[in-house]
Amino acid sequence: MIKQQASEDQTAVAQNMWKVSISPHVKSSESVEKIMWTVVACLVPPLILSVFVFGIQTLFITAVSVVSCVAVEVLSQKALKRPVTIKDGSAVLTGLLLAFIVPPGVSPLLMILAAVFAIYIGKHLLGGIGYNFFNPALLGRAFLLASFPVAMTSAWLAPVDGFAIFSYLGTSIDAVSTATPLAVMKEQGIVVFTEMFGSGFSLYSNFFLGFRPGCIGETSSFLLVLGGLYLLYRGYITWHIPVSLLGSVALFSWVFAGEDYFTGDPLLAILSGGAILGAFFMATDYVTSPINKISKIVFGIGIGAFTVLIRVKGGYPEGICYAILLMNPVSTVLDGWFKQKRFAPPAGGVK
Amino acid sequence: MKQLLTFAKGGVHPPEFKAQTAGLAIEIMPVPKELELILGQHIGAPCVPTVCKRDEITEGRMIGEVTKGLGVPLHSPVTGKIKNIGTSTHPMRMSVPSITIAVDRDATAPQYTKQDWQDEDAETLLKRVHAAGVVGVGGAGFPTHVKLNPPSSSPVDTLLLNGAECEPYITADHRQMLENPNDIVEGAKVILKILGISKCYIGIESNKPDAIEVMTKAIQDGADTDYSIEVQPLQVKYPQGSEKQLIEAITGRKVPAMALPSSVGVVVQNVATAKAVYDGVVYAKPLYEKVVTVSGKGIKRPANLLVKVGTKIGDIVDFLGGLQPGLSKVIMGGPMMGFAISSLDIPITKTTSALLFLAEDEVDTTPHSQCIHCGWCLDACPMGLEPKEIGIYVEANKAEETEPFGVFDCFECGSCAYVCPAKRPLVQFIRMAKMKAKRPQ
Repeated sequence: MIKQQASEDQTAVAQNMWKVSISPHVKSSESVEKIMWTVVACLVPPLILSVFVFGIQTLFITAVSVVSCVAVEVLSQKALKRPVTIKDGSAVLTGLLLAFIVPPGVSPLLMILAAVFAIYIGKHLLGGIGYNFFNPALLGRAFLLASFPVAMTSAWLAPVDGFAIFSYLGTSIDAVSTATPLAVMKEQGIVVFTEMFGSGFSLYSNFFLGFRPGCIGETSSFLLVLGGLYLLYRGYITWHIPVSLLGSVALFSWVFAGEDYFTGDPLLAILSGGAILGAFFMATDYVTSPINKISKIVFGIGIGAFTVLIRVKGGYPEGICYAILLMNPVSTVLDGWFKQKRFAPPAGGVK
Repeated sequence: MKQLLTFAKGGVHPPEFKAQTAGLAIEIMPVPKELELILGQHIGAPCVPTVCKRDEITEGRMIGEVTKGLGVPLHSPVTGKIKNIGTSTHPMRMSVPSITIAVDRDATAPQYTKQDWQDEDAETLLKRVHAAGVVGVGGAGFPTHVKLNPPSSSPVDTLLLNGAECEPYITADHRQMLENPNDIVEGAKVILKILGISKCYIGIESNKPDAIEVMTKAIQDGADTDYSIEVQPLQVKYPQGSEKQLIEAITGRKVPAMALPSSVGVVVQNVATAKAVYDGVVYAKPLYEKVVTVSGKGIKRPANLLVKVGTKIGDIVDFLGGLQPGLSKVIMGGPMMGFAISSLDIPITKTTSALLFLAEDEVDTTPHSQCIHCGWCLDACPMGLEPKEIGIYVEANKAEETEPFGVFDCFECGSCAYVCPAKRPLVQFIRMAKMKAKRPQ
């Protein structure tokens, strides 16, 4: 019996059935796929809400965006002779985020171009996942904004009435387009703004729930915050970037964004643009954000400052997209400045 | 209960899997027909055989000694005949010199009698520790008599006994503490006497409440005004059993890079080493037996076994009823730091604490992908290093430039690779970096 067992063992060895590799032999259950698909799941509720705010065409735009991002990823990886990694969900996430930051009235065809720029040029030509130094989705939006400035700055839609989610289908965008709160504030001032959007509690609550003109996925502050809190709870993101980013947007808006110094409305500044989407889902992208806690805070403050600078002094009503893109390549520099402490330096000091 | 202490930075919480063996009493494995004793069982120079082929030897007799350099003698675990002086497969170093002994299974085991040690001076006790061939049995295999004789430039004031046993699956130390608490406490006293100090903490993780209780009671029973020994419960966190992390957890002192624990006035010994010191000094019984946890879904009957040093893994497998289908990986040591082996023809050494036979679903074999810079490895690293950066440098063929990242601080606990969502083999990268980078002087 023992002999037979031993010969079986020998066979096992001979057939090379055991795996041999370096420790550790056990690993946590987390994976890149799990992280990416969890973030995607967190973005589904705001997407569903966008249908009830801007109509059913937001789903078409998003679908085109996601499918083209995945397709471009496959084609890029084939062309560059790299393994195809669409299962990791990062292209799906980029596609979803890309759709979230375009106006709800744009032509879905624009998304194909944006996907090519974001995924092929912004990601795979730089080395693929992990090596891109700009957030691909924001790069895609920046590309669209530069190439199709009229569509990207005028295809805004007013929230639909009740459940009339098909109301924008087949209508010319020119006939129904409106302006975003930040654009109204910037170009026409607070008086017109109050006329259009109201003031006080109803203003804040509408903006918090997402019933205002804006990009497809940026309006629903409530659902975005919920998704962000879930990512925090799972430990996929830390509080440092969202808190410092939103905090500095609020602070700088209060100081600089009003008619006079210290008269800006910090709450409105956070609720009226893409600050919340940017703070929880864009600026926290692992690849393009810093790693160390202090550099994360500096990174967030930097984005907040640039956002308010562009909003107040720049040529665009909203600045979070460019603010994050401006800070993205700085993140490695910040990590170089604020390194985490080693356990204990060698006796006699570090050389 | 006292406040649970732990180290400040990093660490991970892998699933424990200790339940399979924690309740199983240490079982004495019958001696196999043949033993193979590797001559280099400790850090330092390997032993030189003091016996010849065909010599008749008795249990406990010295069969190898270190003539020059760091090391301890090697003893025969059995009565028998030297069958061969040749080579064996070693888990880490391929082929190494060894002595093969044909066991005389009819011989009676020698009786070791209790000897008086209280009145001996430190030097004599130290010689006894050396003569018994005691090394750090927790894994490193550092000669214990050297550790207990720290340089006079760094006076020691505290002894720590390591009962953390933070690696998953392993329960050998846990069982030792439950079954031989008085021996461990007396061993601690011997060590305290050798060091000429009185303060000792026994660090035990709170997932072993029974061990904490039993050890506390053993200390009370053996209360001695000369020594102040106490149990210090610790939080459950890997790698708590690492020397530097344990020292930080219990004393708050940080051992500088490239320095020994004695530089902050501490000596750390494993609880099982304290038991070996007790056997060696109080009974003059050399170290030639080892408690080994055998566990995992790939072995028919998991157990805590007391085996003779030199027992081949194949013999242990046979004794425990054989392997189970679906076995994927055989590991000598724990799943976080142990070595995967490809043959059962490997002998147990003084430092083997576990044999794990892991099934497909117990090991991770996911292929790795590119680093996504999530930074989790930085959070997990107990030494405050940047494993991802080292990995990227190594992949870019720049391993020799990694010294500034502190690769030589790394003790390869594997926390970084454990948390990595891209499943990157960070420990492998760091080992490659250590091979190529220049060690600071």
